[in-house]
Amino acid sequence: MAEAHPVGFQWVMEAKARGAKVIHVDPRFTRTSAMADQFVPLRAGSDIAFLGGIVNYVLQNELDFREYVVAYTNAATIVTDGYRDTEDLGGLFSGFDPETNTYDPESWQYAGHEQNGAERQDHARQRETAAALQHETHGMSVKGETERDETLQHPNCVYQILKRHFARYTPEMVETVCGVSQDAFAEVCQAWTTNSGRERTTALVYSVGWTQHSVGVQYIRTGAILQLLLGNMGRPGGGIMALRGHASIQGSTDIPTLFNLLPGYLPMPDAEKHPSLEKWIDAVRHPGSKGFWANAGAYGVNLLKAYWGASATVENDFRYDYLPRINGDHGTYRTVLDMIDGKVKGYFLLGQNPAVGSAHGRAQRLGMANLDWLVVRDLFEIESATFWKNSPEIETGEIVPEECRTEVFLMPAASHVEKEGTFTQTQRMLQWREKAVEPPGDCRSDLWFFYHLGRMVKQRLAESTDERDRPILDLTWDYPVGGERGDEPSAEAVLKEINGYEVATGRPLSLFTEMKDDGSTLGGCWIYTGVFADGVNQAARRKPGREQSWVAPEWGWAWPANRRILYNRASADPDGKPWSERKAYVWWDQAKGEWTGEDIPDFPKTTPPSYRPDPGTSGVEGLAGDDPFIMQGDGKGSLFVPVGLIDGPLPTHYEPAESPVRNPLYPQQASPTRMVYRRPENPLNPSPPEHDTDLFPYVFTTSRLTEHHTAGGMSRTVEHLAELQPSMFFEVSPELAAERGLKHMKWGHVVTARAAVEGRIFVTDRLTPLRIDGRIVHQVWLPYHWGSNGFVTGDSANDLFGIVLDPNVLIQESKVGTCDVRPGRRPTGRALAEYIAGLGRAAGQHQAASVTAPAPATDPAASKPDEEPT
Amino acid sequence: MSSFYGPLDPAPDAGYADPPPRKGFFTDTSVCIGCKACEVACKEWNAIPADGYNLLGQSYDNTGGLTANSWRAVEFIEQPLASGQRSAPFAGAPTGPSASATSAVLAARTGQDTGTEPGIEPAPDPTAAAPAAEPQFLGMPGIDLPGRIDDPDGVRRTDFRWLMMSNVCKHCTHAACLDVCPTGSLFRTEFGTVVVQEDICNGCGYCIPACPYGVIDRREEDGRAWKCTLCYDRLGAGQTPACAQACPTQSIQYGDLDELRVRAQERVDRLHEVGVGEARLYGHDPEDGVGGDGAFFLLLDEPEVYGLPPDPVVTTRDLPSMWKTAGVAAAGMVALVAAAFVRGPR
Repeated sequence: MAEAHPVGFQWVMEAKARGAKVIHVDPRFTRTSAMADQFVPLRAGSDIAFLGGIVNYVLQNELDFREYVVAYTNAATIVTDGYRDTEDLGGLFSGFDPETNTYDPESWQYAGHEQNGAERQDHARQRETAAALQHETHGMSVKGETERDETLQHPNCVYQILKRHFARYTPEMVETVCGVSQDAFAEVCQAWTTNSGRERTTALVYSVGWTQHSVGVQYIRTGAILQLLLGNMGRPGGGIMALRGHASIQGSTDIPTLFNLLPGYLPMPDAEKHPSLEKWIDAVRHPGSKGFWANAGAYGVNLLKAYWGASATVENDFRYDYLPRINGDHGTYRTVLDMIDGKVKGYFLLGQNPAVGSAHGRAQRLGMANLDWLVVRDLFEIESATFWKNSPEIETGEIVPEECRTEVFLMPAASHVEKEGTFTQTQRMLQWREKAVEPPGDCRSDLWFFYHLGRMVKQRLAESTDERDRPILDLTWDYPVGGERGDEPSAEAVLKEINGYEVATGRPLSLFTEMKDDGSTLGGCWIYTGVFADGVNQAARRKPGREQSWVAPEWGWAWPANRRILYNRASADPDGKPWSERKAYVWWDQAKGEWTGEDIPDFPKTTPPSYRPDPGTSGVEGLAGDDPFIMQGDGKGSLFVPVGLIDGPLPTHYEPAESPVRNPLYPQQASPTRMVYRRPENPLNPSPPEHDTDLFPYVFTTSRLTEHHTAGGMSRTVEHLAELQPSMFFEVSPELAAERGLKHMKWGHVVTARAAVEGRIFVTDRLTPLRIDGRIVHQVWLPYHWGSNGFVTGDSANDLFGIVLDPNVLIQESKVGTCDVRPGRRPTGRALAEYIAGLGRAAGQHQAASVTAPAPATDPAASKPDEEPT
Repeated sequence: MSSFYGPLDPAPDAGYADPPPRKGFFTDTSVCIGCKACEVACKEWNAIPADGYNLLGQSYDNTGGLTANSWRAVEFIEQPLASGQRSAPFAGAPTGPSASATSAVLAARTGQDTGTEPGIEPAPDPTAAAPAAEPQFLGMPGIDLPGRIDDPDGVRRTDFRWLMMSNVCKHCTHAACLDVCPTGSLFRTEFGTVVVQEDICNGCGYCIPACPYGVIDRREEDGRAWKCTLCYDRLGAGQTPACAQACPTQSIQYGDLDELRVRAQERVDRLHEVGVGEARLYGHDPEDGVGGDGAFFLLLDEPEVYGLPPDPVVTTRDLPSMWKTAGVAAAGMVALVAAAFVRGPR
């Protein structure tokens, strides 16, 4: 956090000054570790085993916050008899189909709800469309009541299932899998549990690298289970903080740049499953379910109305048919492979530099070199705009400038100080930013670009009578323009439309509960409703903290409804009283008959703690007065997830797709549902039980340096930043240096089946070998900031990775892989291509051999070399 | 100039009537996260050029030290030593001996073309870098590689700490640079700080050897001396210096020097209470050889580890006595000559 989020880290330092204990778990000792009270080195890719070990410690010693767990989580809920755990099936859950590498979750359901999710029988399609990303954000649908055993003794209640599932995640197993000593592990367990409960809370902070694993979603699930068991959710000082990789990445999921989501976490309609508005809405609200998604109709209609305005009416289903549809995997990596295959003609890149920043840089560049056109909008001429003339593939002859067919349009962009708008940060807080200076020369804001692009496209199509052009011609596209050049669209007008307003009067809506599904209101993103309440730009509020309460509700605006902590009903006990005076946050005021406190209560304001719905009540009224997790169909925090995840209802330690060791916990080596693209340009290093894994004996991981920004486009190009970290380097422990003959500051290179990346060697005590399952495993760390352009250039570490994805969200495994490290510089020119091809061939041959050889246990994904999702 | 030594308030001493309270920096290295925001903010505000794109290998320090083109410089020191109350991070890991000292020595051979003089040159004795990383260092770097773990009796590293410190001009109470400046380019401000006026500096370079900390440096292009001004232009407008403003963890604190000294002592006491016994102040004492620094530090090891002189003395301390001696000598000469005339030739 100190490395990549130094400004946010000031609050960790402040907490530390007030006595908080800071524990840092990371493969290498970083600037964060230097400030931590305890640093725990572990093997990259072993986090579920580590956190699962703490879950086991909590359960075995009954250290969970029992009153919270029984009342607020699904610990007491009983799961159907048909459920079989990974403990029973060698690392697989019940319902696995080895043909498609998917699960049928029927046997994961709550008892009596076996047909829940039966409408989702297309498991393969769900895996391709990252349906879990859609489901997860919609909460779990649960219709009617669930069977519960609040003594937690029923053998099939979630609590007991959890206990059995994690029983083998012992301190000894953590030591075996993660390389963490039992002493260090005990220190972490004790610190976390003693600092959680009625009087105290513990926060879990992770950075984006946690998501970049083939089991990334389950990493975060493990953290969520632990925080729920310890009563750290919905309470001040607790929670799980997801640190984002850039400014407003939270904003770009809220109002998404994702192929499968629309604003406010509404799913992108599926061509087959959602033929009508009603089907689409029902897929979100799950008729009969409890909670706030019951109003999804209003959210969907308001979005359509914001898009198509007067043209969207009740009679034409608010132009639902104008929405694009998806019918498979259109994720970024699938798209890149389709570019290589010539199936994609054009590509827009906005503030993104995949030639350096995305996994498998070579595939990215070869894909971009096979387009008709490419539009790059950036502050500088980044590698993704110059791949046709100076990428590593020029050197190897794979891209020839004279023959590269891609026409590149580089559009200079305005920086964040040259335009106004909002950033949405990790706390879901929108902060308005003023324009400080006019952008120079031809630089323009993204808003300007898209507004005028849309305007001109509409102009071009104005005479068209083609039905397919109606969605564009009918789009509302009437933002006022102004500014020094006279043509800059008003960002406030856009924010006002996102907020939503009454169509007849133009009155801005104050809360999403004011949204109607009859077309009388419109709003572009229901969760942002309220950011323009009373016609005031609430995101622009800057009242200093010292002039308001410690929650600081008048600094910026947080969705939903300016709530600073989600699910804060859980900060009070089931009777509505604070768990402790020290941690009082939101509570029930009996005299006034309403919820009150430091924050906006995240609960129906006047529903008393004692309220119990009549059986069969659905929607918001279906939530009991002690159901704090109001977006979940049963109002409970999900320790066990019966619906919505592709890879299992509980987190399970699988080895990374590339690992030097056999999975010590299960015969199943890697995640059985991971997305693997077996193609000639995407060879994977062999992992056990495949043969000859000593070709790539070391584990490597990558991350950022404070001095640079992600793919370097904004820092290698600025001399005062470039000089601070001027060269590609990589870090090894003294022990690995001795083993491979590597010397500090000399050249060395790291190789995988995809690439060879060179840099200066740093021999540092900050890295350590680990003892994993009886053998020594070395780890290598590389920063990934360099490329061909800028004041300082160098090889790109992301070239080392192949493409393997988490099936829930289609995010790549780019924080762990296997490699070899060699002294000296890598070959250049055509010799480099031959060198890498040789490594790939070696890896491929060994894989082919291991497919035919009788393996001790089958890995369905690994044993299907032809598997290629289409 | 009434005094060259001992405690005093420099602004009134320099002739300012009723000056504002003396301003300074307290740099608390125990909370420095090494982000280098201070370096960048300083360069941006003061329009300082880049100083070279060389990887120095001195941990994450690629600046190399204070020069005419780097007025803040963050040092990074890697040591296989225990840090405060923290448990040993590598206990139980299959480690061999530490490489911190060897890597520091190898890095000390690297210089940096900063466009300044003396700039950042390769260390004349690179092995001197080793004790900073590991006081017990006995190895011969470059001959054998540390780290072998197959020696069962070998030393195994278990502890580690990473010291970071943002270095800066000390704005001495008795500033020798100012004393030796023949043009008056270096002057004492009303805030008690020491500033070079670039339009007056004639590039004579006398100030460079005069500085007991080795801070002052000249740009090669025009020979003029440049260093931290404690953002004199910002102070005049009631603003905080750029580095302190940018520091996210309040490692760099700016304010009235009297108040900073009290705050610093409280911080040291607090650290001692929580088991960080190695915390100490540096440059805070008005009784030291430079009369106390306007920019002082909280360190977690001996000053030498950070490349700071353990007992700095203003290089002009002996000027009065030297002049006195010179005066006596001159008077003696005059007397001798006079005597020669008195005696006269025969």
